[in-house]
Amino acid sequence: MSIDVLSIENLYFRYNSSEVLSDISFSVKAGDYIGLVGPNGSGKTTLIKIILGLLKPHSGNISIFGKDISTFSGWARIGYLPQKMSAVNPRFPATVSEVVAMGLLSKKSFPKHMNRYDDSTVDNTLDLLDIKNLKNTPIGELSGGQQQRTLVARALVNNPEFVILDEPTDALDPEMRDRFFDIMNNLNKKKKVTVIIVTHDMGNIGRYTSKLLYIDKKLIFYGSFEDFCQSSEITQFFGEFAQHVICHRH
Amino acid sequence: MELTEFLRYGFIQRALIAGTFIGILCSTLGVFLVLRRFSLIGDGLAHATFGSVALALLLKMSPLYVSIPLVMICSLGILKLTERARLYGDAAIGVVSSLGIAGGVMLSSIAGGFNVDLFSYLFGSVLSISNAEVVISILLSVLVILIIIFYYNELLSITFDEDSAKVSGINTKFINSTFVLLTAVTVVLSMKVVGIMLISALLIFPAVTALQIARSFKAVMVTASLTAMTSVVLGIVLSFFLDLPTGAMIVLINFIFFVSGLTYKRITKG
Repeated sequence: MSIDVLSIENLYFRYNSSEVLSDISFSVKAGDYIGLVGPNGSGKTTLIKIILGLLKPHSGNISIFGKDISTFSGWARIGYLPQKMSAVNPRFPATVSEVVAMGLLSKKSFPKHMNRYDDSTVDNTLDLLDIKNLKNTPIGELSGGQQQRTLVARALVNNPEFVILDEPTDALDPEMRDRFFDIMNNLNKKKKVTVIIVTHDMGNIGRYTSKLLYIDKKLIFYGSFEDFCQSSEITQFFGEFAQHVICHRH
Repeated sequence: MELTEFLRYGFIQRALIAGTFIGILCSTLGVFLVLRRFSLIGDGLAHATFGSVALALLLKMSPLYVSIPLVMICSLGILKLTERARLYGDAAIGVVSSLGIAGGVMLSSIAGGFNVDLFSYLFGSVLSISNAEVVISILLSVLVILIIIFYYNELLSITFDEDSAKVSGINTKFINSTFVLLTAVTVVLSMKVVGIMLISALLIFPAVTALQIARSFKAVMVTASLTAMTSVVLGIVLSFFLDLPTGAMIVLINFIFFVSGLTYKRITKG
């Protein structure tokens, strides 16, 4: 029996006295490609930060690759893209290749110094995202889309088995967004990389992912996009018209 | 007096050697401090150093030996206040800083008022640095620089994006604690070079100058080190020939470098 990549049971998270997430339970299988959706303030980023161990839940169980999060140490198996605005200091003096190389640190032992093989790994990832020509450019001199591609490259450079991307396509133009989803699709189908993409763009995400996880402080729906469109609970939750609009874009 | 004759003086040699090492040390740490918006920790720890120097003079002990452990404790205090008491970094620095000054003034009063020794630590006296202080400065500088080299990529990653650094398995608590401890040692070592009142200049100026010119993180580190080294050497030489205070001269040269860097950036970027 294969181990779940991620399993969450009865997760609760409070900030001060207000409930941010309540009674969230779901599991992610190897090779799943999930769109985590919900309105602004629904707790998507909070959920991601809990999964990554950046926030501690009030209660609940989380296991990653079969290990409880408190004892999990295989972070090298995970790639993470934070929300861009919070991640990049526009005046930071690092070049694109210096930033992408940071993604390799999780697999390195002390002292975590880079070698020629790492340089070529970085180059290959930059090539994948069409930013190899920018490798020596300071990240602060890039456009929003180029910065985003740099951070995506950092999340992917380590060949992770499980990728969590928080609003990865926000700063990308439509052409680059399609290219990005092609890359993710390829990783998911050919390399069986498990993917969770956080987005508020519900209509578009259904075109790419195999499952939808809809939360609004609690879990509203978890299943395929087809099921989402046919679910009577969703009709009840969104109203027939809104459900139709979302599903029609698919 | 000719330069060769000037360089024959033992006190000048000691000042140049210790100053160069401490300059490189300050600038290297300063780059991380400035980019993490934590640069005023130098000021806060310098004020804590003032308290510890007053204590050392009261106890008739070497200020270096008393200050290093005490200021290291203060640096961890600042870190814990930001992490556990959830104070903003500047507020935590303010708490430790004012406590250091209050302690220093109190101890000086108990000792019968300020004296020349305390004054030399406030405004620096690199030309009076002893052989033992040079050796300690070199050893500790080398140790701190080696730690920075070994943890360079972890420090870079945390400075750029702490959350992602945590996710990539970096022990950010350990690195942050190590980092503030290194800063504490650096501040104490720097008090003889530029003085307690001007330590933060040696941490901040080379870093902000390098940030105007360099186009990669490694280039920033190298440029900051070169800037600090040059400013310390020029500061010692000029202050000797012009008969002006060395610490203040080093800071003024750093300011000139910073303005030059700013002008260079404006010209090259149109």
